[in-house]
Amino acid sequence: MSELLQQIINGISLGSIYALIALGYTMIYGILRFINFAHGDVFMVGAFIGFYLAPRIKALFGGSLLIATPVVFLIAMIGCSLLGVTIEKLAYRPLRPQPKLTVLITAIGVSLFLEFGGQLVFGPDPKLFPTLIPSSTVINTQNLVVGSNSIAVIVTALVLMLLLRFVVYNTKIGTAMRAVSYNHRAASLMGINIDTVISFTFVLGSSLAAAAAILYASVYPSINPLMGIFPGLKAFVAAVLGGIGNLAGAALGGLIIGLTETFVVGYISPTFRDAIAFSILILILLFKPSGIMGKDEPEKV
Amino acid sequence: MSLLEIRNLQVKYGAITALKGVSISVEPGQIVTMIGANGAGKSTLLRAVSGLIKACAGNVVFEGVDITNLPAHRVVALGISHAPEGRMIFANLSVRENLEMGAYPRANKGEIGHDLERVFSLFPRLKERFKQSGGTLSGGEQQMLAIGRAMMARPRMLLLDEPSLGIGPILVKAIFETIVEINRELGMTILLVEQNAHQALKIAQYGYVLETGHIALEGSAGDIARNEQIRKAYLGEA
Repeated sequence: MSELLQQIINGISLGSIYALIALGYTMIYGILRFINFAHGDVFMVGAFIGFYLAPRIKALFGGSLLIATPVVFLIAMIGCSLLGVTIEKLAYRPLRPQPKLTVLITAIGVSLFLEFGGQLVFGPDPKLFPTLIPSSTVINTQNLVVGSNSIAVIVTALVLMLLLRFVVYNTKIGTAMRAVSYNHRAASLMGINIDTVISFTFVLGSSLAAAAAILYASVYPSINPLMGIFPGLKAFVAAVLGGIGNLAGAALGGLIIGLTETFVVGYISPTFRDAIAFSILILILLFKPSGIMGKDEPEKV
Repeated sequence: MSLLEIRNLQVKYGAITALKGVSISVEPGQIVTMIGANGAGKSTLLRAVSGLIKACAGNVVFEGVDITNLPAHRVVALGISHAPEGRMIFANLSVRENLEMGAYPRANKGEIGHDLERVFSLFPRLKERFKQSGGTLSGGEQQMLAIGRAMMARPRMLLLDEPSLGIGPILVKAIFETIVEINRELGMTILLVEQNAHQALKIAQYGYVLETGHIALEGSAGDIARNEQIRKAYLGEA
């Protein structure tokens, strides 16, 4: 019983990280109708910003994690936002009138550029991510061990998701995002600058990816320039599973993928860790391509 | 000075020329209508004014400022709102949010709230549907929302594209009465594109007849309504 509880807590912790990344995929899809395959690599850059920054920020605040950790989060989120906005401006915006496939292939190009550019800049060898969230044991019974870092991951992810929900559903710019996602032309007739809204969407998505990266690296502290590939792909599966374009769906999809992965590793075999997400992708594409919360709507022409 | 002056405007869709040099002017305070058959270029003209499509030649001058080929969001900020063909209601936003988006370039919350009340007094049905999503409205209600939403920018000029399309005759009459009210009470100048020439000429002061991309006839609405050829071609008289 307590082993099950243990797996559930681990699964929710991993799943909420996938959820944060998946939200970026789904928001950008909602606005631009393409999959930003470079999103997982923006996540990787977030981890490296944290890696280089954390020791300096910690020293600045005399080793107090209570202040240093939020500061590292904030700077990594700002850094990744700038990266995301730059990628959109340089690589995607000039291709906006072109067929979606062109942009999709470009996104794969940007992804490879960041992965191998990252190896050039950061070096290909794995690095040890510094401690930003102390991993002391909070609950320790016979079979149940809950670390403070899994609790921190779940709480941080939850807070960020509620914040995102507030921005998207209760602010003017969030309403404009939903308007643009429905119809670009109609939105521009309202006086909405589409480019600004798209940039803002990349800010939101990329900063969530940065936060996810620091949480992820706090649980799995070995980081390298290719570390974004699998979390990125799994979060993409999560977004499709939940219904691409749907915020609640991305969060739910992330949790399902995280829980399933943890269960498979725990009860079947760690060999299937990465295979399970893609099996889910195949099943969802076969049986309900619109995803759990997605609406079955015909492709817009 | 005319409020809106269009000079020799040309628009092409690929190899097809949709507007072959159209010149019109709209005086402040007027309702001007543009009638013509399907495909004559009426909607294209409005789209070129509001910035949804680019003109390849000619000028659009609003209040003495050349606004030719400005991006759509800047045209709105200058004082022209466009209730487009097909209404383009945000089906995923509530009626309230649709109206709020209409006021997007504005910052004064008090004034926006005041204008929201004004839209509700013109279209009480929208108030009843306040929280419903735009996609659940009937065709007529969506048309009211499209006009109300365009008003929310507090424009000096409204471009209305076929407000009568797909709506029952009783509601058409009500919507045309409201258009007159918007023009008289709120002083918004209106450029009305219509296939329903009969109704449009009744409320307009001046009219243009557009035929395959050029102006075939212009004059006071009364003169156009009395024109023999127009009566045969557009008003369904033998």
